[in-house]
Amino acid sequence: MSVSAPAVRPMRIIVCIKQVPKAQELQVDPVTQTLKRVGVPSEINPPDANALEIALTLKDRHGAEVVVLSMGPTSFDESLERAVAMGADRSVLLTDRILGGSDTVPTAYALSETIQKIGGYDLILCGEETTDASTGHVGPGIAGHLDLPQLTYVSEVRLADGKVRARRTAEDGTEWWETAMPSLCTVNFGCNKPRSPTLTGKVRVKRGGVVVHWSCADVGIDPKKVGLLNSPTIVAKVDTVKLPPREGRIFTGEAKEAVRALLEALIRDKVIAP
Amino acid sequence: MTDGHVLEDKSHFRGVWVFLEQRTGGLRDVSTQLIGEGRRLADLRGMPLTGILPGHRVDALAEHAIGYGLDRVLVVDDPILEIYRSRPYSAVMAQLIRRYKPEIVLFGASKNGRDLGGRLHAILETGLAADCVKFDIDAEGNLDMIRPSFGGKSLAHILCKKHRPQMASVRRNVFVAPPHHPGRRGEIVHEAIAISAKDVDATLLEFQEFTKEGGLRPEEADIVVSGGYGLGDPKNFTMLQDFADRLGGAIAASRKAVDSGWVPKMLQVGQTGMTVRPKLYIAVGISGAVQHLAGMQESEKILVINIDPKAPLFEIADYGIVGDLFEIVPEMIRQLDELKAGGVAALRALPAKAR
Repeated sequence: MSVSAPAVRPMRIIVCIKQVPKAQELQVDPVTQTLKRVGVPSEINPPDANALEIALTLKDRHGAEVVVLSMGPTSFDESLERAVAMGADRSVLLTDRILGGSDTVPTAYALSETIQKIGGYDLILCGEETTDASTGHVGPGIAGHLDLPQLTYVSEVRLADGKVRARRTAEDGTEWWETAMPSLCTVNFGCNKPRSPTLTGKVRVKRGGVVVHWSCADVGIDPKKVGLLNSPTIVAKVDTVKLPPREGRIFTGEAKEAVRALLEALIRDKVIAP
Repeated sequence: MTDGHVLEDKSHFRGVWVFLEQRTGGLRDVSTQLIGEGRRLADLRGMPLTGILPGHRVDALAEHAIGYGLDRVLVVDDPILEIYRSRPYSAVMAQLIRRYKPEIVLFGASKNGRDLGGRLHAILETGLAADCVKFDIDAEGNLDMIRPSFGGKSLAHILCKKHRPQMASVRRNVFVAPPHHPGRRGEIVHEAIAISAKDVDATLLEFQEFTKEGGLRPEEADIVVSGGYGLGDPKNFTMLQDFADRLGGAIAASRKAVDSGWVPKMLQVGQTGMTVRPKLYIAVGISGAVQHLAGMQESEKILVINIDPKAPLFEIADYGIVGDLFEIVPEMIRQLDELKAGGVAALRALPAKAR
């Protein structure tokens, strides 16, 4: 690997994040069988935190400006500030009422336009999917809009000779891919351990000004292409799932006896063969 | 396709398409499973079912795919398409969709299927519903795309009323593959699509196939023994593997166990992992977050081993043992070995108190 030519400006990595309800805190209401969302604390969508960690690792290794981007209400500032406290340089929140109800098509469009406005990017990182909507469509959608090379489901990103090398996990094995920059990668959930906010980072956040708010007009986003009404898909209705009743035979007592009774039941019910 | 505009007239969009994904010279399971469901939808709409097969030297595979119930296969043959790459594949799909205007396009929700669908729906500016588990046709003839919403406790009906095609992805093992009829007749159409070397923007440097150590993959096993945070240490997965070996099963894990770096991501069951529906799912030290349930609640039988009687997973258990997994699992292994040595007689001879 040759030594890269001195850069005119530091590399710019944009990390797209979403703020989601904290997954572990979600409980199902035993009466209504729906999710209890009220009072649930928020967090950076965990796969996005893994993407941010990759960006910060690249910054440590090669030097880079890490810009964190999100789209949503101003309550998302909390996650953007956390990202800066973890080591990102600055953050942008695209926030506008007209974006409400956008599905993945307008979301990918609006984020792409915002990325264009930020400009000068070399690498865009997203989480593989969000833990609340769970589609995984927005990352590849941004790459499609911006006509960039895309590598999805990656766990490791290396930079060499001005190119991106990424380790992708597919169903049948591990793949190493190489693309030119700029390109977009979506990052596997749990592929690393996101760092904690640092004291210096927290001080920066406290001083303020680390989150910039942009409206659709600021970015030049076409209002006719975003929001609920301009989304191709709608949620027509939501059914509560009635799971098939389960027997719920609980065996208690001393391990030896409980296991014996359980194995008997499993064999009698032909669930396992002796 | 629709260039973001609402379609006044959708009648020229006809037919159901299935993206045929390859896996070392064969079709991926999810693709054959989708042909079955695609057939049902095409018949409901009174329209033909077409398989889309980009690749290189894939005519025999196209012929084979017809046997699952396709009327036609569109083959795009180019050396560039020999392996899956986002840009050339999405370029091919976008051009074919613009040319033929299908009403419905189905993808497997595999890594490549999602990679392709996600890029394509933004290029075409049309709707894509992820991880559907059921389809219907509504009164207006729209595809009712039904997918689990947050953690699988509810099902959302997604409609794409004003844009075409209506696109959806489906995970493996949601539908059952139809029987294969080698004699089935269908048309194979070779499509000329302009792609060039400049569409190759990513190079595959290395591929390392997952070894099948320990035997089965969880998606393929009749019995899955899944470990959670309660295992406390990666080395305890060895014990779980011993347990699974006794049952001819495969091991899997919860997100928290994967997140802790104890086992590879490829073993993760749940919303951001895989969906399994084995004959018996054994959850060891997994409390049962909704995201985990999403990946295993369709299992035929569920056995829960947990020290906490309030673990949510007990609510959907067929069988459960409340107790210390470090006592229970070794005891299970011991008794299974005894059974193997002494047959059923050995079991019957013992008094069962806790029945």
